[in-house]
Amino acid sequence: MEVVGQLQKQYVDFITSLFREAYLDDQYVQLQKLQDDSNPEFVVEVVSIFFEDSEKLLNDLASSLLVSISLFWVFILCLRPSLLLMVVLFFLLFLFQLYSQQQVVDFKKVDGYVHQFKGSSSSVGAQRVKNACVTLRNFCEEKNLDGCSRYLNLVKQEFYLVKNKLETLLRVSITLW
Amino acid sequence: MAKNIVFSRLRKVEKNERFDDDLSSSCDSDEVHVLAVDDSFVDRKVIERLLKITSCKVTVVESGMRALQFLGLDEEESSVGFDGLKVDLIITDYCMPGMTGYELLKKIKGSSTFREIPVVIMSSENVLTRIDRCLEEGAEDFIVKPVKLSDVKRLKNYMFGEGRTKSQDTGSNKRKLQETSPSPSPTSSISPEPSSDLSSTSSPSTPRSPPSLDSPTRRYKTSNHDLNE
Repeated sequence: MEVVGQLQKQYVDFITSLFREAYLDDQYVQLQKLQDDSNPEFVVEVVSIFFEDSEKLLNDLASSLLVSISLFWVFILCLRPSLLLMVVLFFLLFLFQLYSQQQVVDFKKVDGYVHQFKGSSSSVGAQRVKNACVTLRNFCEEKNLDGCSRYLNLVKQEFYLVKNKLETLLRVSITLW
Repeated sequence: MAKNIVFSRLRKVEKNERFDDDLSSSCDSDEVHVLAVDDSFVDRKVIERLLKITSCKVTVVESGMRALQFLGLDEEESSVGFDGLKVDLIITDYCMPGMTGYELLKKIKGSSTFREIPVVIMSSENVLTRIDRCLEEGAEDFIVKPVKLSDVKRLKNYMFGEGRTKSQDTGSNKRKLQETSPSPSPTSSISPEPSSDLSSTSSPSTPRSPPSLDSPTRRYKTSNHDLNE
């Protein structure tokens, strides 16, 4: 019985720290309010949907930021030029790519994905993920590819962090209550 | 494909009815039927639960097209036997691929049959011009996401309170102010000011005075263009 009491205390401490460190915000509390005996798995269900949705969005985001790069190289390789010519072409295309990436990446599409991600993370209370998405959107508006790529990594990081913590939290709460 | 949609809707309706019987809550015998429209899976789940817990019958669809199909407003006029299920309120997301919430609002307000149904818009973006546009087009209210239980409760209370009139409930306004003061988050929903509805001339200063505090948005019956940038 003491073990249960200790576990409960650990749970409370853990969830308190998550709020304090802004992993979660008030919206998570709102979700908890919606869970009751008639729907005892509600939070788990919503969070699971969020995880699934997010993985897909992250994949879409990554591919939408990268597509411009791969196409150029595929084109080069298809030409089957001589080695010297290949080196020259690679060099020229590298320079061209640096210049043209801003025009080739569909920032509107990227922004659309980030907007979705921002929305869903906001709806479950994943505050840090949401905030990272907001900054990422700013980079999209500026058509700053470098900023977008960097910040996408941060968004990903924050997502996996909160995912990890939520999985732990929910696992413990299921065993305790 | 349509058959599956019908079946899943049927299941939802059955579930709702069973759920409502179990609840035996203090609500009226005829429940409020809400049609919720949102492209986000997460948000659909949340809004469905929010509405069910406030004792509403809920039908959730993922797009404006589906919503029109459900109402029977689409071109095919395919009435799949749901004419009997009267919709009392439509709550829709603003940003959706294909048909936006605003376009859906226009279609509904443009239809003689469904014009009377109140439409509430939800959006994660608190853009004043967007809010104004929706309200001018006839939206009943504008809720800033993420939607909370208090938003839905208040919505239901002032729209479908006793006697199902839109009588202004000053009590709920006070509750709202009390609720939002401890939580300083800028995102909250708007509520109608009793005075602004009764008086034909709305003073621009009053609704706009605390823009950065709890309620950055206010509902105006008259469109005040001088309030825009």
